Amino acid sequence: MNKVDKAMTASDNNGARKSWEIRIGGVGGQGIVLSSKLLGIAASLYDGKEAVVTQSYGPEARGGAARSDVVISEDAVDYPFVIQADVLAALFPEAYTKFRPMLKEGGTLIVDSALVKVSEEDEASAIMVPATKIADEVGNRLTRNVVILGCLVGATGVVSREAMVQAIRKQMKEKIVEVNIKALDAGIEFARNSEAS
Amino acid sequence: MPDSACAMQTREELEPRVLTGSHFMLGDHACAEGALAAGLDFFAGYPITPSTEVAEHLASRLPASGGRFVQMEDELASMAAIIGASAAGARSLTATSGPGFSLMMENIGLAAMLETPCVVANVQRASPSTGIPTMVGQSDILQARWGSHGDYGIIAYCPASPQECFDLTVKAFNAADKYRVPVFVMMDEIVGHMMERVVIPQPKDIPFIGRKKPKTRPGEGQFLSYRPDDDLVPPMAHAGEGYKVHMTGLTHDERGYPAMFPETHDILVNRLVDKIRLNAADIEMHEEFDCDDADTIVVSFGCTARSASAAVRQARAEGLKVGMIRLITVWPFPEGRIRELVAQGDVKRFIVPEINLGQLRREVERLTSLPVLRLNHAGGQMPTPNAILELIRS
Repeated sequence: MNKVDKAMTASDNNGARKSWEIRIGGVGGQGIVLSSKLLGIAASLYDGKEAVVTQSYGPEARGGAARSDVVISEDAVDYPFVIQADVLAALFPEAYTKFRPMLKEGGTLIVDSALVKVSEEDEASAIMVPATKIADEVGNRLTRNVVILGCLVGATGVVSREAMVQAIRKQMKEKIVEVNIKALDAGIEFARNSEAS
Repeated sequence: MPDSACAMQTREELEPRVLTGSHFMLGDHACAEGALAAGLDFFAGYPITPSTEVAEHLASRLPASGGRFVQMEDELASMAAIIGASAAGARSLTATSGPGFSLMMENIGLAAMLETPCVVANVQRASPSTGIPTMVGQSDILQARWGSHGDYGIIAYCPASPQECFDLTVKAFNAADKYRVPVFVMMDEIVGHMMERVVIPQPKDIPFIGRKKPKTRPGEGQFLSYRPDDDLVPPMAHAGEGYKVHMTGLTHDERGYPAMFPETHDILVNRLVDKIRLNAADIEMHEEFDCDDADTIVVSFGCTARSASAAVRQARAEGLKVGMIRLITVWPFPEGRIRELVAQGDVKRFIVPEINLGQLRREVERLTSLPVLRLNHAGGQMPTPNAILELIRS
């Protein structure tokens, strides 16, 4: 069974509705809040869905534990936090250890392979992205978070590529839009290739 | 476009005051945008988590829209400054959280006594004292109603989403002007720090209720600045318009001059309370669903109402007769509707989930002898739909 099908078993803890619960965890400075905001913009402004983003971070501007939850649904979202994640993107070892138990059976696990080492059980199913390497190839290391987002979009289809592109255009300064779209596409491609393998 | 034409554009054209359109926006920013759309002239505040984003956003946006932004030395001064600005005719706002709200209490009483319209956004966090600044609370709800000394009436809205942070901040300014009263937008950390779609209407579709003006012109006949109309609200003359205006926190007569007599005091304080109490039907707002045949009614507000709605819908799907009342104004409280539901006879119990140790439950208990079940947390997290559902099933 490929990862896309598994991830499509969406949750319904907001009543009997179809919804997606996505948690992105890492440390401050990795662009976690921006990533979740881009997903929220894509879903709610360009894909005709409802989306809520919440976040939690320590008092530090950089380096403290940070996480963001995105709940996307066909209908209004009530409870705004992830209870059982359909998708977990872990960009730092602590985020993987701490949030792994929240991932649903068959949920999508995405990690930054340079930073996070997954357990043996997860090795077969996790999408392990060399996000820094891909971002460097794209031409800007700061697009790491968008590479991860690309993987998330490519592996789950929770929002469309087109909506993500529009979200990037809306949210980012013009001079970094193109490099971020490249990073998005590189992430999408990486996810597709890892499904095929 | 040639560079020169670009330079001709004013900042107002580049960044209009009302950001008509769909946005994916933080609740705190939506509150700030609501204030701008409502015609905010003056903000004075002292940053405090989790309300800082309101001030931060306005520091950038308000001066560009022709308003004034002042960062004050503390919350006592912030509250005093918005009262002064209001007395001069400005639509004025401050934003704070628990500790700052406590510091504002004395001057909130002054605003009530002077009848200066103003809006205070309180983004509630886990309290008392410093508590947990970055985490949610809903425990300033009674303080909003009773926090300053003496008897007076106020209005308090409790938004459950960024969209409501926008909409209810607009309403707050209108209610403040209409009733000449301090109005609170009682947000909470989760709603304030949540991002969701916010649709901002065209400027012409933003409702505006201004202050009632004196019927006579300055110097013409006798104008008494504290003589109320039939709605118990006196028309408002602003400082600098030419009317004789005297404002004091001392008990005052209809001229606004000190008149420290028991009779004057009783008349004045009764009016301050009655202008809200007797106009409650006009002010009070709530949303309800599935209440008609319900034996259990869940009463909730703010972020907690989101979990409560999910729980009530799930319980209905399981065939349980449960309904929901979501407060939009926590003050005035929907007393009439609660009493009506009790009188209909179907209701057997109420459930009040809230992020405090039973502040609103007390209000429901006051209105009924039926059991009122509690679901409380002192702060730092909101109840899950399942926690409320289990209580409904019990």
